[in-house]
Amino acid sequence: MNFERIKEKLNILADAAKYDVSCSSSGSNRTNKNKGLGDSTGIGICHSYTEDGRCVSLLKILLTNHCIFDCAYCVTRKSNDVKRAAFKIKEVVDLTINFYRRNYIEGLFLSSGIFKSPDYTMERLVAVAKKLREEENFNGYIHLKSIPGASDELMYEAGLYADRLSVNIEIPTISGLKLLAPDKKHEDFLKPMLKVKNEIVRYQSEKKIIRSTPKYAPAGQSTQMIVGATGESDKDIMYSATHFYKNYNMKRVYYSGYVPVADDKRLPAIGTQVPMLRENRLYQTDWLLRFYGFAVNEILNDEHPNLDIEVDPKLSWALRNLNHFPVDINRADKRLLARIPGVGMKSVHKILNGRKFRKLNWEHLKKMGVALNRAKFFMLCDSPHWERRDLDADRIKGIILQTSVGKFRSSYSSQLSLFN
Amino acid sequence: MNTSKTFIYDGSFNGFLTAVFSGFEQKVNQADIQRNGQTQKGLFAETETVFTNVALAKRVWTGIQKKSNSAVKNIYFAFLSEKKGIEPLLYHYIQKLMGSNQKKSHDFSDDVILRINQLAHKVGREKHRMEAFVRFQLTKDEVYFANIEPDFDVLPLISKHFRNRYADQQWIIYDLKRKYGLYYNLEGVELISLDLKEGYGNSIHKNSAFTNEEYEYQDLWNNYFKSTNIKSRINKKLHMQHVPKRYWKYLSEKKVS
Repeated sequence: MNFERIKEKLNILADAAKYDVSCSSSGSNRTNKNKGLGDSTGIGICHSYTEDGRCVSLLKILLTNHCIFDCAYCVTRKSNDVKRAAFKIKEVVDLTINFYRRNYIEGLFLSSGIFKSPDYTMERLVAVAKKLREEENFNGYIHLKSIPGASDELMYEAGLYADRLSVNIEIPTISGLKLLAPDKKHEDFLKPMLKVKNEIVRYQSEKKIIRSTPKYAPAGQSTQMIVGATGESDKDIMYSATHFYKNYNMKRVYYSGYVPVADDKRLPAIGTQVPMLRENRLYQTDWLLRFYGFAVNEILNDEHPNLDIEVDPKLSWALRNLNHFPVDINRADKRLLARIPGVGMKSVHKILNGRKFRKLNWEHLKKMGVALNRAKFFMLCDSPHWERRDLDADRIKGIILQTSVGKFRSSYSSQLSLFN
Repeated sequence: MNTSKTFIYDGSFNGFLTAVFSGFEQKVNQADIQRNGQTQKGLFAETETVFTNVALAKRVWTGIQKKSNSAVKNIYFAFLSEKKGIEPLLYHYIQKLMGSNQKKSHDFSDDVILRINQLAHKVGREKHRMEAFVRFQLTKDEVYFANIEPDFDVLPLISKHFRNRYADQQWIIYDLKRKYGLYYNLEGVELISLDLKEGYGNSIHKNSAFTNEEYEYQDLWNNYFKSTNIKSRINKKLHMQHVPKRYWKYLSEKKVS
């Protein structure tokens, strides 16, 4: 193996793949078989974290960054003047195996620029996965990109070898897509997504009857949307995310703050700050929808099309709906407990179990890890001390902001700092 | 009836459970169970040395298991934390468990239960970190070798994970702090102890024990790690939080060249 050449390719093709934020390696059920290599059951593992704080779980690379498309938001677009490279199938396989054996990674995340045609590209991706599974007896995690416009037959084959498939919708609105990626059609994204969804549904129902049904993308499929490239509202993003969760059984929707990569009038200029706080709020909302029993229109609607940047979305919802509070920690059901700001699902679990033995007071809640600085305005517990003042939403928000430190505070605080 | 007594055991988990058995048998209310060699005698307390008895240990184990499966896990994990005073705390925990008909292991409003729970969580996190941060280096005799210095004694907890995953390669994971390791010989895992003067970290100097190719792959990985970083999103604080500095010396991607 020519390590110098590989190193050069790896630098180019890892650099180009890094804007794909998905790096999860969980949710699969592939066990080690015949004393082969690897196992992808159980929870995902982040083997390292980059200096920007993101998890490194998979070897995330493009097969090639040659591309026939010219999407304005994409670093590998045809018109961009960057170094191009392409891996051979064998090179990707060798890298994956050797990294995996040293416990650097959980597996491979393979994406690609589109060269020649969607099917030609998809075929190459499938060939890598197939070689890993069948020739190397590799049972680690494989995440393949579904190439927009790829045929149903190839998408079927891809699912037989991959644990997860994903196609990035990137632009949440159809009008935005027309503007930034004029040669791509919305339907081209949806077609492979629909095929994969239908195959997963079929696999899951057949598995119940015939245990030996070949696995099909056991870790499901995911997608990604770019945030802050086309002036879309948080409502646009979250409604479209909900649509994908509901109609395509997505395991995850990822939100990626747009990192300016082009001098293009249609896009934020190079050097514009990445909207990381907004991204964070969107993820918080995503969690509220998936685990906390919130409906999307409770958090975002025509009256409130954007999330509050200053406080988290649950607190923001609670401040708008003070009539639901205070909630009695010792009586309320799970659904209501989960709606108290500062109480996470782990605390809910502890509260529900702990209160079977005795009535809970502030001390108990504090030890369990409840964020009382927020929660105390919205709850009652077994204590004569509670918030007696008749505070309105603005006052509560003010007190919480004053008595807490937020990691993003400096990025939106308009107050001048005295010593600086 | 004894109200308080000191038990000395050999430091093994079975030894600890045997001590718990003796404590319960003699109806000791406050048992101060101490590891042999680290004992601190109380002024007036009676002392007994416990000889590890696997059969008795098993009886305690199944007794706890009948009460709660999560308690079994919590006790073992918390024990491996090696925290000072963990044994009497666990004794107290087991007393509470046995004295209750409800799901006492889930009583998160009880201080002892909560503390053991949180301690077990801490050990669980260290276990998970080791599953992530072990970095194998290929030696010339084709063994994938890694050394670690975990905060807690997690080797027994990670054995299965690595056995399931690397079934077709020989590997060693060696705990430099506790001076023992796991060796997988393609058939099963055995405990070994090596005469290592120092660990094999991520020094830029090549060591003749490892293959040349090994250093090429470390170099590739180091390069990959840098290329996948997005500079405009830099967040060193978050990076440090996820990969605390004390683990860096064995991570090839943190090699300074």
